[in-house]
Amino acid sequence: MSAPGITTRNTETIERALDIEGRSLWTDARRRLVKNRAALTSIIMLTVIALVAIFAPFVWPYGYADIDYANIACAPGWWPGANVPCYAGGYHIFGMDQNGRDLFVRVLYGARVSLSVGVVATLVSLLIGVTYGAVAGFVGGRLDELMMRFVDVLYSLPFIFFVIVLMVVFNQNFFLLFVAIGAVEWLTMARIVRGQTLSIKQKEFIEAARAAGVGPLANIRHHVIPNVLGPVVVYVTLTIPTVILSESFLSFLGLGVQEPLTSLGVLIADGKDHMETAPWMLIFPAVFMAVTLFCFNFIGDGLRDALDPKDR
Amino acid sequence: MWPYAIRRVLGAIPTLLIIIALTFFMMHIAPGGPFDAQRHLPPEIEHNVRAAYHLDEPVWEQFWFYLRNLMHGDLGPSYKNHDFTVTQLIEVGLPVSARLGISAIILAIALGITLGTVAALNQNKGTDYGVMGLAMIGITIPTFVTAPVLALIFGIYGLHFFGYDFFLPAGGWNEGALANMVLPVTVLALPQIAIISRLVRGSMVEVLRSNYVRTARAKGLPNHIVIFRHALRAALLPVVSYLGPAIAGLLTGSLIVETIFGIPGIGRYFVEGAINRDYTLVMGVVICYAAFVILLNLLADILYALLDPRVRFA
Repeated sequence: MSAPGITTRNTETIERALDIEGRSLWTDARRRLVKNRAALTSIIMLTVIALVAIFAPFVWPYGYADIDYANIACAPGWWPGANVPCYAGGYHIFGMDQNGRDLFVRVLYGARVSLSVGVVATLVSLLIGVTYGAVAGFVGGRLDELMMRFVDVLYSLPFIFFVIVLMVVFNQNFFLLFVAIGAVEWLTMARIVRGQTLSIKQKEFIEAARAAGVGPLANIRHHVIPNVLGPVVVYVTLTIPTVILSESFLSFLGLGVQEPLTSLGVLIADGKDHMETAPWMLIFPAVFMAVTLFCFNFIGDGLRDALDPKDR
Repeated sequence: MWPYAIRRVLGAIPTLLIIIALTFFMMHIAPGGPFDAQRHLPPEIEHNVRAAYHLDEPVWEQFWFYLRNLMHGDLGPSYKNHDFTVTQLIEVGLPVSARLGISAIILAIALGITLGTVAALNQNKGTDYGVMGLAMIGITIPTFVTAPVLALIFGIYGLHFFGYDFFLPAGGWNEGALANMVLPVTVLALPQIAIISRLVRGSMVEVLRSNYVRTARAKGLPNHIVIFRHALRAALLPVVSYLGPAIAGLLTGSLIVETIFGIPGIGRYFVEGAINRDYTLVMGVVICYAAFVILLNLLADILYALLDPRVRFA
């Protein structure tokens, strides 16, 4: 371990002397991402949304399950043409829902649930997909053929049926919702990782590692996976919005989060039922969700451009 | 091409069998059965009902029974829609779903390719940002928002020009009348237009920078020939591979569009059947969907090879 230490120190001295900045793939990508205005704005907005969703409920005067029977489905005070603004008991900036609960705090809780479902389910799909794809691609041969055939089979099953059965088998559990969606979304990830692995497997450094006695599992972990991360990161940022949409679809069917807890999908589904009499119940959650998904998609696109070796 | 296609079709048979087995056993693992109800039947009657549908036999026996019937083209009776066989339900519903789906996909392909090409030709200009911004909205707004909102605007409020009122039916099928199809087709097509235009723009931008397009321009070919005959052909490749599964999904209907607009298609059976444990109905629609996916993927691969001369039938 001493030899690399010395060389590192030497290169560092040289770099300092010549004032050279190291440019790895990731520092390069970061620089290009920050230059992309849409992506940077999205990152900032998403951070703000996440922080507000996490912390604002602590200081907001209303809880997500507090019911105010006097103000059922009434408009926010600033709503044009609202005859009975909800001043009673405080100021509700997003108005009230059909059960007289403050919509703002419910949207925040909904965003919390939707974001965490998005992130956790994507992590599940990441874990399964990367492992599966890397093993299939690295081992190759008959095993690869068998494993990818299985992916093809799962591709031809309708997603929604799959999730419903999983939800029914394991009861409607908040955490299993994450797992169920993640267990469905890993297929494309596995295909991407396998394709990348196949090309990386041919590289000399893998052969060198193998010649040095590194076992296949250690080889996959230390040499293959770090090198497939580029496309994977891009796909992850594009999977999160898909998962949020899937969750909202399940909630819309009544299979997702259960009352009084809520998600953006549940809020939108409720809002749709009251859109003629209380349009704010549809507009605020829908806009909140659209903005969140917008941000993820812009970040994903920005990352793809930033990591694209062709654009260098 | 034909040997390749035949080999692929034959290769699809084991895939379909695995799908049938997976679906069958997953459905049967799920707790509850099709004849569970709030009010319990007398034990003798329940026993007879279960015996009539072979539900009292071991799961393996039931599976063989189902497969044998399937080989004869019999998908069995629906457990919840009494007096209907699954074949009858699909025969009635599939044409409805397919009609909506095909209209939506034609609209989506036409508009998506046009918009994507226009955006790519004006890369990083106002038009590009406008089209891509709209596409992003199309992707991020779920159909269960667009469907009721469009129904409210066009079906209930209506449009008022010059003293005339225009209303579109907010729901119902009316034997596939054009007016009844407008809203559901629009709702189905919007996200697809968005996705296709993004795909086309992405690949078109890349193709326009490639050497053969530069060559085509350099030898003095007029702009429209370069774009339509040279660039577009290559730029359509990602769309072709996307369309396989997407068309399968659209043909077999959408639960949301069918419930919100009250359309008698088969999209709702996926969810209704799974929730009601209507085993045969779920099996029927899943087999239908899987067969479409396999077939359309095959067609997509063939089309891919026709568009891209570098791809050979292997």
